[in-house]
Amino acid sequence: MTEPNSATPAPPAFAVRAAKRAAWAVVGEKILEALVYLCGFSAIVFVLGIFLFVFKEAFPILANDNFSLTQFLFSPEWYPTSEVNKRYGVFAMIAGTCSVTVLAMVIAVPFGLGAAIYISEFCGHKTREILKIVIEFLAAVPSVVWGFIGLTVMSRLIVQYTGAPVGVNMLNGGIILALMCVPIIVSISEDALKAVPDSYREAAIALGVTRWQLVWRVLLPAAKNGLLAAVLLGVGRGVGETMAVLMATGHAVHIPNSVFDSVRTLTANIASELGEAPAGSDHYRVLFLIGVLLFTLTFAVNLIADTIVRGIRRK
Amino acid sequence: MVNVPAIEKHIEVTGLRLSYGMKEVLHGISFDIRRHEILGVIGPAQSGKTSLLRCINRTIEFTPGTHVSGTITVDGEDVRKVRDVYALRRKIGMVAPLPVGLPLSIRENVALAPRSAGLTRKGDLDAIVEQCLRQAALWDEVKDRLDSLGTKLSGGQQQRLTIARALSHQPEILCLDEFSIAIDPVTTMRIEEVLKELRHHMTIILVTNLTQQARRLADRTMFLWKGEIVELDTTDVIFSAKPTDPRTRDYVEGVFG
Amino acid sequence: MNASTGHAMFGETPPVRRKLRQEALAQWVFGAMAAAMIVPLLLIVGYLVVRAAPSLNLEFLLEVPKRGMTEGGIWPAFVGTLYLVFLSLAFSAPIGILAAVYLNEYARDNWFNRVINLAVINLAGVPSIVHALFGLGAFVYAARFGYSIISASLTLAIMTLPVIIAATREALASVPRSFREACWNVGATRWQTIWAVVLPNSISGILTGIILEVSRAAGETAPVMFTGVVFFKAVERGDLFPYYLNEQCMALSMHLYTISTQVPGVKESIPFATAIVLLALVLMVNAAAISLRVYLRSRKKW
Repeated sequence: MTEPNSATPAPPAFAVRAAKRAAWAVVGEKILEALVYLCGFSAIVFVLGIFLFVFKEAFPILANDNFSLTQFLFSPEWYPTSEVNKRYGVFAMIAGTCSVTVLAMVIAVPFGLGAAIYISEFCGHKTREILKIVIEFLAAVPSVVWGFIGLTVMSRLIVQYTGAPVGVNMLNGGIILALMCVPIIVSISEDALKAVPDSYREAAIALGVTRWQLVWRVLLPAAKNGLLAAVLLGVGRGVGETMAVLMATGHAVHIPNSVFDSVRTLTANIASELGEAPAGSDHYRVLFLIGVLLFTLTFAVNLIADTIVRGIRRK
Repeated sequence: MVNVPAIEKHIEVTGLRLSYGMKEVLHGISFDIRRHEILGVIGPAQSGKTSLLRCINRTIEFTPGTHVSGTITVDGEDVRKVRDVYALRRKIGMVAPLPVGLPLSIRENVALAPRSAGLTRKGDLDAIVEQCLRQAALWDEVKDRLDSLGTKLSGGQQQRLTIARALSHQPEILCLDEFSIAIDPVTTMRIEEVLKELRHHMTIILVTNLTQQARRLADRTMFLWKGEIVELDTTDVIFSAKPTDPRTRDYVEGVFG
Repeated sequence: MNASTGHAMFGETPPVRRKLRQEALAQWVFGAMAAAMIVPLLLIVGYLVVRAAPSLNLEFLLEVPKRGMTEGGIWPAFVGTLYLVFLSLAFSAPIGILAAVYLNEYARDNWFNRVINLAVINLAGVPSIVHALFGLGAFVYAARFGYSIISASLTLAIMTLPVIIAATREALASVPRSFREACWNVGATRWQTIWAVVLPNSISGILTGIILEVSRAAGETAPVMFTGVVFFKAVERGDLFPYYLNEQCMALSMHLYTISTQVPGVKESIPFATAIVLLALVLMVNAAAISLRVYLRSRKKW
């Protein structure tokens, strides 16, 4: 430093305690802290806001005499634009959402768990880093690109190898959704496996078990809650996914009989009809009601998954 | 400020109880610390030594779930009622067991406290930095690289940097919490020399796990065990052949079970 | 020490051989499962690139769509995406970072803050189409922003807020507690501690969060398709500032959806090229985040 006189002029006694912070610094700090609190609380405001605004738009239809909630939930008849016989039953779409999600989970869970086990227990450090980066990339692919892949690549493959008449169907949506859910499942399950204490592993290996037995008899039981949470978060993602299923599952509103049937999910239904429903019409309000249903559904799933994950962390 | 009678009570602790959640770690202890003395605090791990220090400068409040009762006064003022807790903390220098070089330059490590207090003139800051580093016997080693990172220093240097930082706000009380736990004997001896120098300017609370260190430095020594004071007396008595409480002798002689 | 005794004791008896076989099999099976997600992805991306090849050039990026979007390029959509991303970033980055500071540095462990945590988690879990409904109800109608870039980017900002909050929190939490205590001990206030020590040392994690937010916002379709993004908007070729903030715009993700499902007779390679541009944009942004992380981890200060 080029300070001319840095050779110990002893500072005045108690210079520090006599010092006062500038007024603007004190006030600025108060303002910033107030902002921090405000932003901290904002998350609650946003979640409540989402529920309230969506519910507010949907509410008038609930008060409407012609509308019955039982019919809404349990009737498979969806004729929102019919002139004479309007029907707002979303049961077929609930079935569609459930079937596509279940199919996706059937594919994604074994592969996701397998990959998580491989990453956490079997591969070397370098491979692990690479795989994790690839999974991060996999998670980053936009859903509309997945939808596009379903529409072009997957549907062609399905038609070619299964002989199904159309390629955009439940199987297609299931596979695409599975690929989208895998990254979540892998990363959460890997965390869960990592949380199993190393002493378990060492104890088991000292007994001379193979790594296969170690995984099957020690790690999976010990990590089962975390794995459950991983699957639940995957389900949450699957239920909420919009663009990919919109493009890959076809558009027929009916309860599917086989994996080659085309289906429509709750999310895809909103996406495809919201543009055509005039604001304020019954149709528009029913679409918001579906939004309320989706919000509640994913809220519940996430809540359960979070409770499980927190339970693990506390241990 | 100088020439105060040596018997004056600088810190007075009365019926201090501290609990973490359900678990009480200090069971109502009372003692006082005189101005410009070195009070040695000895005792096995988990006996509440660190918690005691953290009660004095109120950083205990940053740990969730703690409950404090009883009073601590510094200069006759109840610390739990002071309005400017930051000024209170600047009155007290605190050195943690493990050296903490902050990831700032050496200069900024020491200038942090005066700067937070509102001192902004570069000349003042530089003077304080130099003075404190000299006091902590670190100046000669780092004077040419004040702008390199404090975290890049060796463990012993970092501990002296920590002491320099604790001195940088010109405290009246210096609390050292097992400062020698992570440094070599030579550095320990150097810091002990520093403390002998500093005692003319401030009150020192020396929490230590090395009983001999307390014997070398302290005027009075307190034996804290399981959150209670077993004995508090002049160091000579504590380390004599027959202290009042037999447990003290056992601990000092290392046969404590 | 004797080789032959060693062999007798630890040699390959049949049960040992069976175990070794089992071990190798297990490794192979799980490795195959990991590969099963990656190899098809690479093949698919390769396929997309091949199909997109005829259109992949700079001209495609700079040109505007022509003849009812069946020919030409993607410039208006590309610029629109940039608008949406940066505007949403301008909203969500400050709020998200400060919210994370609150949660990690100020919040005590009580029921209220547990509710906030829960809210953040749920914000991340709300389906994108519900965000779209919210944006439509709140910004387009209630706040009277109309179908506009503002509405769309606000919707995006709220949707991507949890990404920034999560990344920033992780970064803040990785700063050792002893640093904070050292600052408190010298009489620094909470905010001074955060400003002097905590934030400078978590800046890399925060940047990573911001970059991930960019990648997320660039790819989202559903939240913007009903709040401010249109099928088509006439724009000059290569124009960097074609939109006002209260107008609607085009976006890459929406454009890909439109030309691959709604418009007949599009030149075959165009949707593929659009998909590749979008994919490349998102993956490049992610790669930037990863390299930043690796670089900063390599020169950690403590």
